[in-house]
Amino acid sequence: MVLTERDKLRYNRQILIPGWGEEGQEKIKNSKVFVAGAGGLGSPVSIYLAVGGVGHIRIVDKDVPELSNLNRQILHTEDDIGRSKAHSAKEKLTKINRDIKIECIKETITEENVLDLVEDSDVILDCMDNFPTRYALNRAAIEKKIPFVHASIWGLEGRATFIVPGETPCLECIFPTGPPKEVFPVLGTTPATMGCIQATETLKYLAGIGRLLKNRLLIYDGENMTFTEVKIRRNPKCPACSKLY
Amino acid sequence: MAKVKIPAPLLKFTGNKSPVEVDSGTIKELIDNLEKNYPGIKKRLCEDNGEIRKFINFYVNGDDMRFLKGLDTAIKDGDDITIVPAVAGG
Repeated sequence: MVLTERDKLRYNRQILIPGWGEEGQEKIKNSKVFVAGAGGLGSPVSIYLAVGGVGHIRIVDKDVPELSNLNRQILHTEDDIGRSKAHSAKEKLTKINRDIKIECIKETITEENVLDLVEDSDVILDCMDNFPTRYALNRAAIEKKIPFVHASIWGLEGRATFIVPGETPCLECIFPTGPPKEVFPVLGTTPATMGCIQATETLKYLAGIGRLLKNRLLIYDGENMTFTEVKIRRNPKCPACSKLY
Repeated sequence: MAKVKIPAPLLKFTGNKSPVEVDSGTIKELIDNLEKNYPGIKKRLCEDNGEIRKFINFYVNGDDMRFLKGLDTAIKDGDDITIVPAVAGG
């Protein structure tokens, strides 16, 4: 699909970014992304991918908004309590940008259905709130060789990295096991920050500009307001991705 | 002294202080020194056998200790240690 005159006007300010241009925007228009989760991370991720003009966004979430979600899950309002997050996401994102295709599925992501759900997406966004599903998404990304943009949060701290199967460490290389289950604290601006970083990385990748968070784990510390990064490496014995090498 | 960045879930042990300065030698000794200064923190970092819990990573000057010498990795004065447990929030 080529850019329409409306697209050129709508996305004018990002088209002006050096290296982006109409060519970059056209790539974004012809992209399909999979957003796993419409919660704290999924809300800002999906909003910024929608306003950025990603042509096809598929969001999957099994949950129903609750009052305790509303300090951070900005796609949903008090009127959505008791409805589905998928339905709420579709309604809000369609209002934000009706020029793109938005697909919202109320479904639990499992090892059995993840490959079908992810399908032929160009990027998978990890906006989950648990590690078992993250690992299922990670393995689907490896199976289909699709870039996987991971983020996770706790309190005022967040992490993010851009995973390219076969090139960078996968999620299981970085964290071979997940943490114990708990109800964790979250300030809304933490997933907001990390979700925006995920969306930034995705849009950069699709447009073909910039240096991605490959082989680097970005750590945001909102309490001290610092960003640091650590080098991450592939585990040659990784049970998930070592078969790719 | 090494500078240790304390992750959010463990800040309660250091009175919300991060980074903290700790005598070092090896990572194993650094953890024991952290425990001396901030009792209770070692149980969160290590299994009963002293091995670091599998969902926790230690980075020495930005490098994963698993690719250095693990618990025997030497720490010099001025080194930056970043403790990164997996967190699940989203």
